[in-house]
Amino acid sequence: MQKISKPVQLFLLIALGFALWFPSVGDEFYVELLTNIMIIAIFAMSLDLLVGYTGLVSLGHAAFFGIGAYGLAIFFGEMNQFSIWVALPVSMILAALAAVVVGWISIRTSGIYFIMLTLALAQMFYYYFFESKRFNGDDGMFMNAKPDVNFGSIQLMDLSNEHTFYYFTLGILVAVFLFLVMILRAPFGQVITGICANEQRVRSLGYATQRYKHVSFVIAGTLAGLAGFLEAAHTGFITPSYLGWHESGNILVVVILGGLGTIYGPIIGAVALVLLEDFLPDITEHWKIVLGMIIVCVVLFLPNGISSLSGKIFRIPSRIMKTIFRTFRG
Amino acid sequence: MANMSDNNIILRCQGLSKSFGALKAVNNVDLDFESGVVHAIIGPNGAGKTTFINLLSGELQPTQGQIYFKDHDLTKAPPNKISQLGIGRSYQKTNIFPKFTCLQNCWIASQSRLKTSMKFFKSAHRDREVMERAQRALELTHLAMKPEILAANMSYGEQRQLEIAMMLATDPELMLLDEPLAGMGSEEGAEIIELMRDLAKTHTLILIEHDMDAVFAIADQLSVMENGILLETGTVQQIRNSKAVQEAYLGEEETA
Repeated sequence: MQKISKPVQLFLLIALGFALWFPSVGDEFYVELLTNIMIIAIFAMSLDLLVGYTGLVSLGHAAFFGIGAYGLAIFFGEMNQFSIWVALPVSMILAALAAVVVGWISIRTSGIYFIMLTLALAQMFYYYFFESKRFNGDDGMFMNAKPDVNFGSIQLMDLSNEHTFYYFTLGILVAVFLFLVMILRAPFGQVITGICANEQRVRSLGYATQRYKHVSFVIAGTLAGLAGFLEAAHTGFITPSYLGWHESGNILVVVILGGLGTIYGPIIGAVALVLLEDFLPDITEHWKIVLGMIIVCVVLFLPNGISSLSGKIFRIPSRIMKTIFRTFRG
Repeated sequence: MANMSDNNIILRCQGLSKSFGALKAVNNVDLDFESGVVHAIIGPNGAGKTTFINLLSGELQPTQGQIYFKDHDLTKAPPNKISQLGIGRSYQKTNIFPKFTCLQNCWIASQSRLKTSMKFFKSAHRDREVMERAQRALELTHLAMKPEILAANMSYGEQRQLEIAMMLATDPELMLLDEPLAGMGSEEGAEIIELMRDLAKTHTLILIEHDMDAVFAIADQLSVMENGILLETGTVQQIRNSKAVQEAYLGEEETA
């Protein structure tokens, strides 16, 4: 993977510092909103591994998000007490299994056919939950309690506290980010970035590219399941719309808005989209039109997403310094 | 198959054909390649040379016929398996990763020789053996001076050299070179000819090339193709003297 440049590293550290500091001063509403943004960011980063790094445009990624969420609700929704050490693996394993199957079928195709297959297979999961009486159909499911984070009999964290949940999510966000950076720097990451650029060439170099694409698909699906788990645990309420193609499209917009193939771009995309969705309705009733226009503008003028601004912005101070320097010398 | 190990034959094609609709791009070719020999395939444009190489490297599946490499039946093998068996190839049309650096291009080629690249934890560039193989490939192709340059920013000639470097980084036993000199300057071309001479001491080379001076300089064996058919195979001297070949191909060049 391309190295994350020094200015971006600095920016990310400042953002992390801000995120750590924010709950101590911020309004409760915004703490919750930021938690929401971070969950979307984890979801979007997992899709970036697929779309931005492996070159597989999936329009069914929400299925794994939804399966992670339903996994929590189905097995633990009615319990008043359950451990996260059981619940989290259950959600992630269910999402991983679904990704193994969906991936196995869809990586046999590419381009538009891959998009159609992921869309169709994800919709099957959507309709299953939508129709199922057992899981309340489109009424959705509720969670009775938040997962316990205990070590033995000692409580490590109380997730029913909004601030604790915020920091818990932040921790997972950082962990997922570092995990993705790690696997992209490892031999596996070299291969999938190669596949994204020119799969035929990677195959002729001796790599069984299908297998790498499949593994990438499963990793992405599992991380989406993790995000779904967080979402279900956070809101305590799950509906089939979590799995729908609308959600898949939405998360694709987040990734593209932030910047494909950057890992940190989707975080920026999540912040931008959620904040816009939050602020715009205050300004105008027709806020969706404005939002659409903003997205169109970003795609037209910043084809590499909002994150590509960082390089440009950080160059401005050095340019100003140079100009000042020259004027003085002149 | 059994008699293959008796003599020195490393690659054997039997009745190899490839059709695209009504067009027989490669038509019933029987051809053996000896180990340690530089075997050039010549012929006019559209003779089916590149299609033939694509069959050998697994990029295309033959319509008919068989391909054997040592004890392996390659007829239905995918390109990745053929590469792993020790057959490397370079492309006529430069086929590199433009957004990777020069070194990264060779790196990904070299890394393919690891038992598996399903490794998720350690940074890829820490593996010394992989790094050494990649750097050796760059040195052989005279690209070692600028490993960090983006492949897209290299000159066309350098990209052609990188194309060959990537093949070398997979450490192949048999090399399929599809017009390695195409688009190179005379100086770079001379370097590559020199490199191929060196490689020929320890490797088997199958070469498609239009530059006849280069072919005569490095090839031991020549095969002539026209309209998908193998016209003749022999030593350089035999082919030079062959009437049929002169009429079909070499003659044209002299009059041109």
